[in-house]
Amino acid sequence: MAERNGSSNGNEGVKGSFKVKAGLAQMLKGGVIMDVVTPEHARIAQEAGACAVMALERVPADIRKEGGVARMADPELIKSIMAAVTIPVMAKCRIGHFVEAQILEALGIDYIDESEVLTPADEENHIDKHPFKVPFVCGCRDLGEATRRIAEGAAMIRTKGEAGTGNVVEAVRHARAVNAGIRKLKGMNHAELVHEAKLIGAPVEVLVECQKLGRLPVVNFAAGGIATPADAALMMQLGVDGVFVGSGIFKAEDPLKRAKAIVAATTYFDKPEVLAEVSAHLGKAMHGLEIPAIPKDELLAARGW
Amino acid sequence: MQGAFSEHVRALEAVGARTRLVRTIDDLDSLDGLVLPGGESTTMAMLMERAGMLDSVREAIRGGLATLATCAGMILLARDITDGMPGQHGLGLLDISVRRNGYGRQVDSFEAPLHIDGLNGKTFPGVFIRAPLVERAGDVHVMANYDGHPVAVRHGRIVALGFHPELSGDLRLHREFVRLANTDAHQ
Repeated sequence: MAERNGSSNGNEGVKGSFKVKAGLAQMLKGGVIMDVVTPEHARIAQEAGACAVMALERVPADIRKEGGVARMADPELIKSIMAAVTIPVMAKCRIGHFVEAQILEALGIDYIDESEVLTPADEENHIDKHPFKVPFVCGCRDLGEATRRIAEGAAMIRTKGEAGTGNVVEAVRHARAVNAGIRKLKGMNHAELVHEAKLIGAPVEVLVECQKLGRLPVVNFAAGGIATPADAALMMQLGVDGVFVGSGIFKAEDPLKRAKAIVAATTYFDKPEVLAEVSAHLGKAMHGLEIPAIPKDELLAARGW
Repeated sequence: MQGAFSEHVRALEAVGARTRLVRTIDDLDSLDGLVLPGGESTTMAMLMERAGMLDSVREAIRGGLATLATCAGMILLARDITDGMPGQHGLGLLDISVRRNGYGRQVDSFEAPLHIDGLNGKTFPGVFIRAPLVERAGDVHVMANYDGHPVAVRHGRIVALGFHPELSGDLRLHREFVRLANTDAHQ
């Protein structure tokens, strides 16, 4: 990765380089990042073993229900959540809304999610993420989208899935699409790679790196519809590095118990006997939505380009 | 359990070691060395506690298991932790006091060249990510300082680093660790 940014702190040290931005995501691997809307939620998430929290005003299920324009959360709320926990705190800004991102950076947030869950502010351009010291995570549905976000400076990728549905089917589709896209690169010569880049709208240099590594060059989490320990383990077995759980925890009957179970399922994703144990007696999961029941123009994954 | 384990695996295998991920007590069997990677120290400690592993890991390290701890791993080993989660339990095996995120939040994460005792040649690329600040170093050998604070310490067969050699691309510290793990604990 080209290191286009980073500034000196006057003592030989360089802050905000791509290495330290992508490096934090490496530290989150094998972990669960949970959506929280209050400091109390954040404390529950931390107690359950979350490796980070996402500070929001409304979880995706409520954004979906209530409609209207969804924006960056109130800085006061974000600050109160940052004060409540010692683990990293992430927050969302609208796609293309680089001023919301500047505000989040000024608050000292640890990661910004440029997210399709909020109402997009720009229907063509995502944020140029390179000049920021704070790292960004972005959603994707396939390899082309993932590599475009990485070229813009995303230091971490997640599947989009379909947030707020409690239905894992779209997250599975997107994770499989990324995997298939990478598998297809195997054995291609450079000319074929350039052609493939054209077909999927991918920057050639990022695609070259994907081919070399056999995976995305940054950490890749699953998001959008994970509601049970089995969902989390399914995504891990499909090869993601960790999971985001949004509405799935605090829309369930017993959030702390479910959160702990999802953390355990993410650690022991390949041990069915552990999964059987932690999946029992969790109370009701969130109700969930069938994807075809959602009007096409309300699908969040279609936002972002 | 959680964290940057695959980067350590890659670095250790590049210097010729065989590796195994440790997620249960049984995984600790007949190891020559143990790496406590970077990650979220609260999450890692909690998962170890829930798996009933804190005591067995503590005993193994006390019994001479060579241990390389980076960042969160250093926090896990420290005797005193400030600004941690209330009730945060660690292993308490290393006589140092650390402040979690003592260099600031993520926007203050940085890279800096380090002069490390025992490594010949050029400086080591230090990658610091929400790093712990060592505020007191007691009965340990300080291998490197940055900005007036220790960033690498050693005690017996324990090496603890505030930075991330596994992200640096420089294999010298992993090579040294494998050499340490291969020497008999009771020599």
